[in-house]
Amino acid sequence: MIVLLYLIPLALGLGLVGLGAFLWSLRTGQYDDLEGAALRVLSDDDL
Amino acid sequence: MSETLDLSLFVRRAGDGTDHMDLAVEGVNCAGCIRKIESGLKQVPGIVDARVNFTNRRLAVGWRHGAVRPADVVEALARIGYRAYPFAPERVDGDEAAQSRFLVRCLAVAGFAAMNVMLLSVSVWAGATDMTPETRDLLHWISALIALPAAAYAGQPFFGSAWRALRAGGVNMDVPISLGVTLALGLSVVETINHAEHAYFDSAITLLFFLLCGRYLDHAMRRRTRAAAGNLSALKADLAHRFERNGEVVKVPVAALKPGDRLLVRPGERVPADGIVAGGASEIDESLVTGETLRRAVTAGAAIHAGSLNYAGTLTLRVTAAGEDTLLADIERLIEKATAAKSRYRRLADRAARLYAPVVHTAAALTAIGWLLAGPSAHDAIVIAISVLIITCPCALALAIPTVQVVASGALFKAGVILNAGEAIERFAQADTIVFDKTGTLTLPEPRVDVAAGTDPALLECAARLALSSRHPLAAALAREAGDRVPYPGATEEPGLGVAAMIDGVEARLGSLAFCDTAATPDTADASLIAFRHGAHTAVFAVRQALRADAAEVVAALRGLKLDIRILSGDRPEAVAPIATALGIHDWRGGLKPADKIAALAALEADGRKVLMVGDGLNDAPALAAAHASLSPISAVDLAQARADGIFLGERLAPVWHAVTIARRSHRLMRQNLWLAATYNAVAVPVAVAGLVTPLIAAVAMSSSSVLVTLNALRVGRPRPVMSQEERR
Repeated sequence: MIVLLYLIPLALGLGLVGLGAFLWSLRTGQYDDLEGAALRVLSDDDL
Repeated sequence: MSETLDLSLFVRRAGDGTDHMDLAVEGVNCAGCIRKIESGLKQVPGIVDARVNFTNRRLAVGWRHGAVRPADVVEALARIGYRAYPFAPERVDGDEAAQSRFLVRCLAVAGFAAMNVMLLSVSVWAGATDMTPETRDLLHWISALIALPAAAYAGQPFFGSAWRALRAGGVNMDVPISLGVTLALGLSVVETINHAEHAYFDSAITLLFFLLCGRYLDHAMRRRTRAAAGNLSALKADLAHRFERNGEVVKVPVAALKPGDRLLVRPGERVPADGIVAGGASEIDESLVTGETLRRAVTAGAAIHAGSLNYAGTLTLRVTAAGEDTLLADIERLIEKATAAKSRYRRLADRAARLYAPVVHTAAALTAIGWLLAGPSAHDAIVIAISVLIITCPCALALAIPTVQVVASGALFKAGVILNAGEAIERFAQADTIVFDKTGTLTLPEPRVDVAAGTDPALLECAARLALSSRHPLAAALAREAGDRVPYPGATEEPGLGVAAMIDGVEARLGSLAFCDTAATPDTADASLIAFRHGAHTAVFAVRQALRADAAEVVAALRGLKLDIRILSGDRPEAVAPIATALGIHDWRGGLKPADKIAALAALEADGRKVLMVGDGLNDAPALAAAHASLSPISAVDLAQARADGIFLGERLAPVWHAVTIARRSHRLMRQNLWLAATYNAVAVPVAVAGLVTPLIAAVAMSSSSVLVTLNALRVGRPRPVMSQEERR
C-alpha cells in the first residue's frame, strides 16, 4: 500500500489545480458573457 | 436649437486616469453587432476599451479622462445604428453580483471536496473486506483533512443564515441543514478516532454541494430578473430639457433632476417630473397617471405629474419632486399600506420549511430515545440518531422549488413576461380572478388612427407622410400609417395648429379642423380628430384608443381557465362601456380613483378571491401593490412596473395568458417535487431509524432524489400557443 503515499497526494494535487483554474477563470470574468463568447468565435479578425 | 447632453451622472472614474460608463444597448442580436459596436467605438480617438456583454445586452466603455465626452459615446453608437442608454450598474444590481460570485466559489470548493472525498470513500466501500484497518483509518483521516476546511468555507451561506434565524428566535430551512452537516462531520471525526468502520465525510460534503446548487439557482434567477428589469429601466429612462443658470437649455437624464430645476417641455414630450407650470399654456393627456383619456388644459400655476403627455403648447415647468419622489403623496401612502398587507404572504418553500424542521428534529430525538431504551450502547443510539438527521437533510427539498422557478422564469421570458419576484409564479398560479385596467392595458398604449371605410388610400398616405414632420401626438399616431417613411421636404409646423407643406405644387395642411378649414363628421364622441386638406380634397381622421389585437381572444381563453374577468378603470364610464362590450366582460366599473380601486380589490379578497391585477398607470400602482399578484405592460409608468410582480412586453395581451398557464404548470410541478421529496423521506427515514443506513446508502439515496427532482422541474417546458379550453379538447 506504499503506492497510496504518492497516489493520493497526486490525486489531491490534480484536484487542487482544477479548483485553482476554475477560481481563476471566475475571477477574470470568463463566465460573465456566455452567449457572447459563442458568437465572438464567428468574427474573423483577431483583435 | 443645438443642445448639449450631460451624462456625467453615469461616469465612473478609475484610478489609472480613465473614465468608464455602462450602457444598455438596444438591437444587439448577432455576432456582427458585437463586432460593429466594438470596432466602431475603438475608432473614436480617446476610447481605449469597448466590450459588449451579449448575455445581458450591455456595453462597457472606457476612455482617457477628458478625451471624450460621455454624450459622444452615445452619439457614436447612434451613428453606427444602435440606441444606447447609460445607467449606473451599482444602483441597478446592488451587491447581488458579489453575492453570486461568493456562492459560485463556495460551490467550486464543495464540488472539489466532494469529488476527492468520494474518491477515497469509494475505495473504502470497494475494499471493505481486504483493506487493513490502518489503511481505512488513513483514508478517513485524509477525507477529514479535505472535508473539514471545505465545509467550513462552503457552509458559510447556510451557517450564517441559520444563526441569524436562531438569534431572531425562528427556525428556517438552514437550521436543520447546518445541524445535520455539523453533526455528521463531528460524528465522523469521533468515529475515525475510534477506528470505526463508517465515516460520513462524503455525505456531509456532497450534501453541501447539492444544497449550494439549489441556493445558486435561486440566486441566479433573482439576478436574471433584476438584470432584465435594470435594462428596462435604463431603456425607458427619458431625457429632460433643463434650463441652466445662463439660460441655455441642456438635455439631462431624468435621474439627474432635482427639485427647483426649471424644465422645458415641448409638445409631444412626456412630462419628466412632477412640477408646477411656470409659463406657457397647453393641453396635457394624463391617461398614464389617472386613466382619464380626456385632455386637461393647463396654464401657469397648475400642478402636473410625471408621465403626462404634453399635447399642444410649450411649457416651462418648475420641478417640485423628481426621481424616486415623483408621485402623489397619497398614492405613496396607499402603496405602503398595500405592500404591508401583501408581505404577509408565505412562500411555499417557507411553509414547507416550517413544517419540516420540527418533524425531522423530533424524529431524530425519538430515534435516540428509542434505541437507548431498546438496549444498545449510548454510542450506537447517538450514531443512529445522527444518521437520521443526515438522511433527512433537505437536499431534494432545497432543489424542489428553485429548479422549477428557474425553468419557469426561462419559459416566461420566452413568452415575453419578465418577473420582478421569484415567488410571483406561485401567486400567478393561485389567481382565480383577473382585474384589468382599461387604458394602456386592454387598449394599446398609443392611440391608433381609425381609418373609416371609403377613405381614399392615396389621401391617407399623403396625410401620413406629412404627419412625419409633426411632433404632435395625434400626428404621431397618423404617421404610423405611412408606407413611405420619407418626410416631405420644406414642411413647416405652426405650433398649436398643424403642419403645412407643398405636395405636387399644391399646399397640403394637417392639423386642427379650423387650420384645415373642414367640418367634423358625426359619431366621433370618444375620439380625437385630426384634419387633412390637400387642395380641394379633405379628410378627417379619428384617433382613438384601440384594443390590443388579440384582446378578445385572450380574454376568452382566460375565461376558459375558469378565471373571473373584470375591468376597473379610472376613465369615464362612457369610454369603458364599448371596450367591455367588445370583450364580453359584464363586470366593469369606470371613473374609479386609486382608493376606489383598492376598495374594490379589498371587497374581492374579502369574498375569498385571489386577484391578479393587470394595469399600467400611476393610478393603478396602489392596486398593483395590493392585489394578490400583478402584471404591468412595458409601456407602464415606472412606479407601476416597480410595484408589479411581472412586466410583459410587446403589443399583445397573450403574455397574460402565458403567465397564468406557465405559473399553474410550475406550481403543480413544485408541489409534485415537494411530494417526491417527502416520499423519499418516508422511505429513507424508517431505514435510518432501523439503524440500517451506511454511508453508501446515504450517498446513493441523496443523490438520486436530487437528480429526480431536478429532472421533474425540466417538464415545465416552453410556452404553448394561446387557446381556449374547448380548442384544446
